[in-house]
Amino acid sequence: MMTELSLNVLDIAQNSIKAGASLIRISVARRPAEGRISITVEDNGCGMTPEQVARVIDPFYTTRTTRKVGLGVPFFKMSAEMTGGEFSIRSTPGEGTVLTADYCYRHIDMLPLGDMAATMVSLVSVNPEIDFIYSFACGTEQFTMDTREVKAVLEGLPVNSNEVLGFIGEMIRENQAETDRYPENLAETPLNLS
Amino acid sequence: MKSLAELQAIRDKMKNSINVRDDGEDKIRVVVGMATCGIAAGARPVLASFSEEVAKRGLGNVSVAQTGCIGICQYEPVVEVFTPDGKKTTYVKMTAEKAVRVVNDHLVNGNPVTEFTIGSVAK
Repeated sequence: MMTELSLNVLDIAQNSIKAGASLIRISVARRPAEGRISITVEDNGCGMTPEQVARVIDPFYTTRTTRKVGLGVPFFKMSAEMTGGEFSIRSTPGEGTVLTADYCYRHIDMLPLGDMAATMVSLVSVNPEIDFIYSFACGTEQFTMDTREVKAVLEGLPVNSNEVLGFIGEMIRENQAETDRYPENLAETPLNLS
Repeated sequence: MKSLAELQAIRDKMKNSINVRDDGEDKIRVVVGMATCGIAAGARPVLASFSEEVAKRGLGNVSVAQTGCIGICQYEPVVEVFTPDGKKTTYVKMTAEKAVRVVNDHLVNGNPVTEFTIGSVAK
């Protein structure tokens, strides 16, 4: 069990990395009118067969050989379902995988979203060759961090140098807090972002 | 809103003070376990602490990487340090604070922090 959803995202993204993805898109979208928030992790990795997709939500299924349990996807699914939300997974061999967890965020069992900036910084720091797109939307407001754009600015300098990781973390923290303060939300408690 | 325009200033500053990365054979590898078990036990701040401390000290001969589950989930967060002499040190139940000490004592001064290793903890 994870203490915050950003840790589930970090864990789920590891599956995309192991699937050989070159581009991983992580999107968080809050829909205040519905009291819902969705988290989507999408990759262009090797994908899975329908049989594997059916088994991946089973905690006693894993592709690993060192142990017999695989809890990453079941944890993610459970985190959404215990708030009255839904979980879905779509995958096509050779094309990639999309996982979506949709939460009723006013539910008492809703976990905090947590530090998405720290999750993205961790992912970029040890996977500089993979491109990541992180977007956060609230109502009609949205911001996006795309490492392809970051790399274009850097002109060949390493994306995982400390200065750049610091910038990426700050950019996500600041812009996400600003996006989450969208006027239609002001009557409502902000999400626990850290 | 913070924009990529600010990154241009950071880039220009980095270009002026570029550290030549040493990719030679005397490289030290730090590997942090980042599977479900590691992440749930607190691997994310441990990885961040290693990356920050290595950068702060300008250790060009150290690379920080991640790996999956190595099968000792009860000792997570687990960190393995591979030194150029072929030795591997396995640190267990790591924290961000312990990571700073491993960087200072082991990576910089070459003295493994015995009390954090699996040999000391697993009794």
